[in-house]
Amino acid sequence: MVELVIYLVIFGTLFGSFAGAALLVWFERRLLGLWQDRLGPNRVGLFGAGLAIADIIKLFAKEDWIPPFADRFVFVFAPTAIVMAMLLGFAVVPFAPDIHVADLNIGLLFFLGMTSLAVYSVLLGGLASNNKYALLGGLRSAAQMVSYEVFMGLSLMGVVMQAGTFSLVDIVLWQADNIWFFIPQFIGFLIFLIAGIAESHRLPFDLPEAEHELVAGFHTEYSGMKFGMFMLGEYLGVILISSMIATIFFGGWLGPDFLPPIFWFFLKSFAFICFFILLRAAIPRPRYDQLMSFGWKYLLPLTLINLLATGAILLWA
Amino acid sequence: MPNIIVDGQTIEAKDGANLLEVLLNEGINVPYFCWHPAMGSIGACRQCAVVGYANEDDTRGRIMMSCMTPVSEGARFSVNADNAESFRESVVENLMLNHPHDCPVCEEGGECHLQDMTVMVGHRDRQYEGLKTTYRNQYLGPFIGHEMNRCITCYRCVRYYKDYAGGDDLSAFGSRDRVFFGRAESGVLENEFAGNLIEVCPTGVFTDKTFSKHYTRKWDLQTAPTVCQSCSLGCNTYTSERYGEVRRVHNRYNHEVNGYFLCDRGRFGAGHVNSANRIPQAGIRNSDGRYDPVDLETALSAVSDLMSSSDGLIGIGSPRASLEANEALIQLVGEENYCNGMTDNECEMHQVILDVLASDLITPAMAEVEDYDAIIIVGEDITNHAPRLALSIRQSIRQRAGELAESSGIALWHDAAVRELAQAEKSPLTLLTPMADRLDDVATHSIRLAPNEIINKTIEITNAVNDATPSSAREIAQTLIEAKKPLIVSGTSLNSPNILKATTNLAIAVAQHNPETGIFLCAHESNSVGASLLGSDRSGEALLATKPNTAIVLENDIYSRFAEGALESIDHLVVLTPLDDSTASQADVVLPAGSFAEAEGTFINSEGRSQRSMVVFKPKGDIAPSYQLLTRLAGHAKQASTLRSELAARHEALQPITSIAPNEQFRIAGSKVARMTHRSSGRTAMSADISVREKRQPEDQESALAFTMEGNQQQAPAALRTYSWSPGWNSNQSIHKFQDEVGGPDRSAVDKRPLFEQTRRLTPYDISVESEFDPGQIVILQQHIFGSDPSSNEAEEIASLIPQPYVRMNSTTASSLALTHRGGAKCRDIEMMVLVDDDVAEGCLIYPSIPATTALAGVASTDFTAIEGWIAPSEAVKASLITTDGAR
Amino acid sequence: MGMILKAIWSQLVTLYRVLLHTFTPTDTVSYPEEMPYLAPRYRGRIVLTRDPGGEERCVACNLCAVACPVDCIALQKTEDEHGRWYADFFRINFSRCVMCGLCEEACPTYAIQLTPDFEMCEYDRQNMVYEKEHLLISGQGKYPGYSFYHVAGKAIKDKDKGESLNEATPIDVRSLLP
Repeated sequence: MVELVIYLVIFGTLFGSFAGAALLVWFERRLLGLWQDRLGPNRVGLFGAGLAIADIIKLFAKEDWIPPFADRFVFVFAPTAIVMAMLLGFAVVPFAPDIHVADLNIGLLFFLGMTSLAVYSVLLGGLASNNKYALLGGLRSAAQMVSYEVFMGLSLMGVVMQAGTFSLVDIVLWQADNIWFFIPQFIGFLIFLIAGIAESHRLPFDLPEAEHELVAGFHTEYSGMKFGMFMLGEYLGVILISSMIATIFFGGWLGPDFLPPIFWFFLKSFAFICFFILLRAAIPRPRYDQLMSFGWKYLLPLTLINLLATGAILLWA
Repeated sequence: MPNIIVDGQTIEAKDGANLLEVLLNEGINVPYFCWHPAMGSIGACRQCAVVGYANEDDTRGRIMMSCMTPVSEGARFSVNADNAESFRESVVENLMLNHPHDCPVCEEGGECHLQDMTVMVGHRDRQYEGLKTTYRNQYLGPFIGHEMNRCITCYRCVRYYKDYAGGDDLSAFGSRDRVFFGRAESGVLENEFAGNLIEVCPTGVFTDKTFSKHYTRKWDLQTAPTVCQSCSLGCNTYTSERYGEVRRVHNRYNHEVNGYFLCDRGRFGAGHVNSANRIPQAGIRNSDGRYDPVDLETALSAVSDLMSSSDGLIGIGSPRASLEANEALIQLVGEENYCNGMTDNECEMHQVILDVLASDLITPAMAEVEDYDAIIIVGEDITNHAPRLALSIRQSIRQRAGELAESSGIALWHDAAVRELAQAEKSPLTLLTPMADRLDDVATHSIRLAPNEIINKTIEITNAVNDATPSSAREIAQTLIEAKKPLIVSGTSLNSPNILKATTNLAIAVAQHNPETGIFLCAHESNSVGASLLGSDRSGEALLATKPNTAIVLENDIYSRFAEGALESIDHLVVLTPLDDSTASQADVVLPAGSFAEAEGTFINSEGRSQRSMVVFKPKGDIAPSYQLLTRLAGHAKQASTLRSELAARHEALQPITSIAPNEQFRIAGSKVARMTHRSSGRTAMSADISVREKRQPEDQESALAFTMEGNQQQAPAALRTYSWSPGWNSNQSIHKFQDEVGGPDRSAVDKRPLFEQTRRLTPYDISVESEFDPGQIVILQQHIFGSDPSSNEAEEIASLIPQPYVRMNSTTASSLALTHRGGAKCRDIEMMVLVDDDVAEGCLIYPSIPATTALAGVASTDFTAIEGWIAPSEAVKASLITTDGAR
Repeated sequence: MGMILKAIWSQLVTLYRVLLHTFTPTDTVSYPEEMPYLAPRYRGRIVLTRDPGGEERCVACNLCAVACPVDCIALQKTEDEHGRWYADFFRINFSRCVMCGLCEEACPTYAIQLTPDFEMCEYDRQNMVYEKEHLLISGQGKYPGYSFYHVAGKAIKDKDKGESLNEATPIDVRSLLP
């Protein structure tokens, strides 16, 4: 029985995240439409929601082409890596008090590790394409992700110091006992939010793709489902980062009792997904050098100051 | 070289030039209308106004016409001064007062000098509210349209037509704002060079009717530089195509050959390319004697079968075909089985021309003829046989006017003044012809003689050169000896080698007195000189005498050229021809050869100048250049440049033909030269009726030209330039942008006539007259500008001007043959009108060389018999060519 | 520091402004269920119009063809027995046309006009090639009353020299009267 529940949770997470990502493609376009005074997709199915399925069918039906000049193995491997990394990241997400795939005592580190792995996918994809745009996109993405990785990890260290644990379940439980982390760790929250956007290379930080200068960046040469996997990885990343923000800074499943805990978790995550989309609708893309100098010149010092302050307060308390 | 100051900038001016030329040479855009580089200034249009300043302190200056202003050291001018600019704008505004609102329906639109100048001066808004003056138009013949409303009264047309080309049926009539330019009454313009009015007129008064029938704007034409095939002079032309049809022929400036002008045969004669008589497909004669159209492969294999089974195979080349095509034939049949397709007589005549070209006698270029101040024309009907040369000769008689002007200190460009000064004074021009000649009006001596007497007279004059005994011959000889630069002209139109020899002897004799003596001998066909170089040692008759049974004939109507008997032995005939002719109708296999517009080729003209004619458009269907068909028969298709270099390798003398124009590898900054303009339109719709999927443009492997609008044009060398255009200069007046000096040679022209070394000293020929002409009654074939060239005859408009068959003689001959004026005569079933004309030499019977009279070849005068009941063509029938229909 | 705050404020305002659009109505017109309003000068399918006399306005001057940026107009001039120019064939390859309207602007006779009809889909691209008979309409289109030949100086059937707008009667060349 316990085993069954575990399997249910595992497969629920797996398919739920897949379905969420697919639906997010449609949902994002509807929301963008709403904010840009358009309708967005509205032809397939109810409110155009069938578009998600239509999109998938289209991606599967498209010619699965590997350029003759590409490195075949790496070219095929790269898109699968991002999906694997992102899905593994979901393993440590506590949806509700008992609904999680794994409660690792180093859950937060595991999450950081998995998101870091995604950089290989983008870099290898760009490199294997043997195309100058893809290569530039891949290099940018590597630099960007590695840079923002630094602040992403450091921004969470304040939380870890206060909660005294790497386990995500324990972090949520700490918040139940004390206060949601976004208040004591507000700066940490902001930095994690920004770094999270950069990590999932979403707009406005989608310079690895940057279609106005690099055609389509690292996935220029990709088509069919291999391209679909990059897309999937990106949307999985959005969901993962959103649920992480909800978990770490907004109390995860915590909430008034009139709704079940898992619902609170999804509500909070959903709010951040919407925020991600709002960013895409509103904020223009910075220049690449601006992105990098913003990270190293502002975010890094800010993170360190935050860490220092947290440490000082903890020691003083 | 005076230095002048224009707008503060010092310019080195050419000596004796007028200010307008100097400014144009500097690349300064000054608008003008009445001035023309070939015709000088008269200051009629007031358009080229600039401000001239008296000295350094003069800030006001005064308006002056730059075309009428000589330049002197230190003179100060301003082109950009406000008052000069506003003056020029007001001149255009005034010219436009009566200009109709019809540019969209005007054939000149898009290449109109008036449009260019209006844009240049910036005039835009009409302020005048009065009525526009209008005129009724005249019918001016099948070539030229008339739309008098568009006239800006610059007088270029009458100055060209009357003063330059010697016409007398186009004039300015009326006064003040009612001046009318036209004929006294509607009718065909008589001058053979009337077509140039189209290019001379700065607006759309005179337009090309043949072009208007299938009109295309200049920017849509696909054009290539070609060489005119209508006579032996090789005038340079632009031939233009659209929708697979030749649309028009335009003058291509070549400073040394045709300059700014063409004759009407060359300009309007290219219609044969579109003719219904074209051979569109290969044909094999079946057992019923009819032709089956077959595809090219089948036809070529049929020819191969004929060749392999033949018992004596010969190749008959052609003086009308290019060197490349003749070379391909030589390679196919072998040099020993090849002849250049000329008759014995033609070979002998052209051998004389070759001798002269290779000799140390001066053989001027056509344009240089204008510089000779005493000319004798011996037995050649220049205007009908080599028309463009007549225009040059007309200018040469003005040498005397030039001398007078110089002694009075008048600049030569001061056209009206020079003509006023000279009045009827002209340089000596002597004509020795059997009948009235179109140059009679400018000749100082017109002597009518039968051909044999022409030879005798020439010998007489030759003797008189060194014999001071007064006589009529001495008088003529004296004009030559006393001249600074005498010129002796003759040609092949009387079909007499002795005339050419006698003329050459005369030139040798005169040259001993004056080393400046020139001689110009007109060959017969477009590549006669080239074909002679390939093999004048053996004529067609000589080769046919070996009794071969199979012949491959290259673009040569041998059934008109040779006597019927000479061709008896031929059982199998393969003919390559663009046009259906009497030879094609005898052939077993006919191969569709490309016309001049569809085949690249090198031609050598009468001057000995080799010139490259380029492909204008890719021919339809199976039509292919002759040299391709022949080389495919020999194994595999060769490129024209390959054939040229192979030919040059065999003939040392022909080495230069490989370098007269860039070959197919030539590129400008990596790109070819575009045949289409950069504004070419309709690319995605032209063939959309056949398929909406656009065809790939054909690629040109053979030349450095491209069948597209992609490529360089402005920097192309003259031999490859496909049209004349420069920003702001859409009309042909843009030519000056390609010259270092207005009216001078093209900036990039390839040099001269390198073919002949001109070192050999020629010894006088021995002449036996008796053998050639029957001293009694002599039958002479008269050349006609419209009618005597088999290709141009196929052009509809030219065909309409071919004369009716006639026979012309003087009254003595007529009475001896019992023929009466306007009566009928019959010969070999051809009915002809008898014209009794005392301006015909005694004993001569003259009939025209036109398609209707080809059966008369070799006829004797006694064959002409009077016919009863003949209704002579009435005046009305004669005038049928000159109908007034269609004039508005 | 002030600059940074200002920049951050600007970003936040941007987000807020965009978020406000949640409550604004959409501008999308759900074609084909709803038909949009198209102004008379909307640039859609090209037609050739006729002059008030019912004759073709097009004089085959080729200016539309040369103005066309995609070169999708091809035509050939011909002439009737009275000297009136018209198009022998006039072809527009609508599969290339970008409806830019430059042909209409270039047309000196108001012959070629764009109409508000844009529904020109075909299953076969060949059907997008329109010949003159498909293009020619029987009306005058947007510029009623204009007849080029009654402004231009060229004589045609029923309009002699001197009968156009602003033209004096033709000159009698043979008269010497002032």
